[in-house]
Amino acid sequence: MNMNYKENAREGLWTNNIVFAQLLALCPLLAVTGTATNGLGMGIATIVVLVLSNATVSLFRNVITPEVRIPDFVLIIATVVTMVDMVMNAWMHELYKVLGLFIPLIVTNCAILGRAEAFASKNAIAPSIFDGLMMGLGFTFVLVVLGASREVLSNGTLFANASLLLGNGFSFLETTLIKDYRGFLLFALPSGGFIALGFILAGKRMLDKWLQTRSAAKVFVGDLSTAKSK
Amino acid sequence: MREKAEKKSKFRETVAYQAILLGASTLVATTLLSFGNLATKDEIALRIEEDLKASLTQVVPEDLYDNELLASTISEENSKGESVLVYQATLNNVVTAVIFEVTENGYSGKIRSIIGIAPDGRILGVRILSHSETPGLGDKIEVEKDDWILGFDGLSINNPGQSGWAVRKDGGQFDQFTGATITPRAVVKSIRSGLEFFEQKKQVLLHVETESQR
Repeated sequence: MNMNYKENAREGLWTNNIVFAQLLALCPLLAVTGTATNGLGMGIATIVVLVLSNATVSLFRNVITPEVRIPDFVLIIATVVTMVDMVMNAWMHELYKVLGLFIPLIVTNCAILGRAEAFASKNAIAPSIFDGLMMGLGFTFVLVVLGASREVLSNGTLFANASLLLGNGFSFLETTLIKDYRGFLLFALPSGGFIALGFILAGKRMLDKWLQTRSAAKVFVGDLSTAKSK
Repeated sequence: MREKAEKKSKFRETVAYQAILLGASTLVATTLLSFGNLATKDEIALRIEEDLKASLTQVVPEDLYDNELLASTISEENSKGESVLVYQATLNNVVTAVIFEVTENGYSGKIRSIIGIAPDGRILGVRILSHSETPGLGDKIEVEKDDWILGFDGLSINNPGQSGWAVRKDGGQFDQFTGATITPRAVVKSIRSGLEFFEQKKQVLLHVETESQR
């Protein structure tokens, strides 16, 4: 059981990451990652919805038949998103003013439906919640990395307005990396998002390949040394 | 026992089950949403009112009025034929300022701003309520990002005059931003139209309905 959770965390964060491996959720990803702070906000909102929708789908997995599962999943996700939207607007209004923009966008996130279909509909409630959390964290990781690189390239700042999202205690995050930077508009626009995402995806592939050859080389060296000793 | 289970699985395969399932889940979802809406409706209305109040006090100093701004409104038609909701700020039943919203199309979508005007036609303050301009370029119209918007304080329709009410590129006196002209142009235009609206409807806007007339 423990191994399963470990494997599941690895998949969500890296090997089967929503963006890196599945290339899902590109619409909200490219729309909001103009800055690292916006990426983080979208990530947090997505984690909440993904955990709740995975839990609900898993709870009703034995009642829902395969023939009508898609409309039922869509209904569950839409309900969860709307509830989160209303509750945040009413009782977490300051946070809502910052995140509010992102919450309706989550409905366009096919990764939520993807996890409901691929995982939550086949697994018990606890692993489903864990899967939602890990997939959400993996998505947040990409959002922040992409947001940060686009923000640095377009504005020369990092985590601008983070205190609006996280509270004044986090104002230390707001840094200006390049002083008197004249700005590079392309990266603030969605087209720049596509370009930056392309480079990040290529970088991830290169890193994976390097890790693979390194571990392969280790095995090879190990074989040689055992052969010699014989 | 086994018979019962078989019966159950058979029922699951019928079309009726699918229909009932979808119907029931929709019913549950709508019920939940209705209760959610009921529980949050008043709270949300309260929050929106607070937000509105906060933006009203940004454009008119608090020592200028002693009335409940949100309760003292009148509706007037502007030159485009749209009705504008005007908030009257009064001190001892004399109008000291009027506040209303102006909208103009910017680079991408509508720019909504709120403007406060003194009885003599001077601008007390302008703030952007919402916009979807390019981040890092057009968003300098927000007071949090740049103090450009404060440059309108104290001006009126005759100061700087007709030709002055434009961005520098168009021969006016207001700065555009590097890489963004359309956004400030739209804001200047909307403020100017707001001032024109005030001049046209001055009589009505500065008139206070007393309690007996209501």
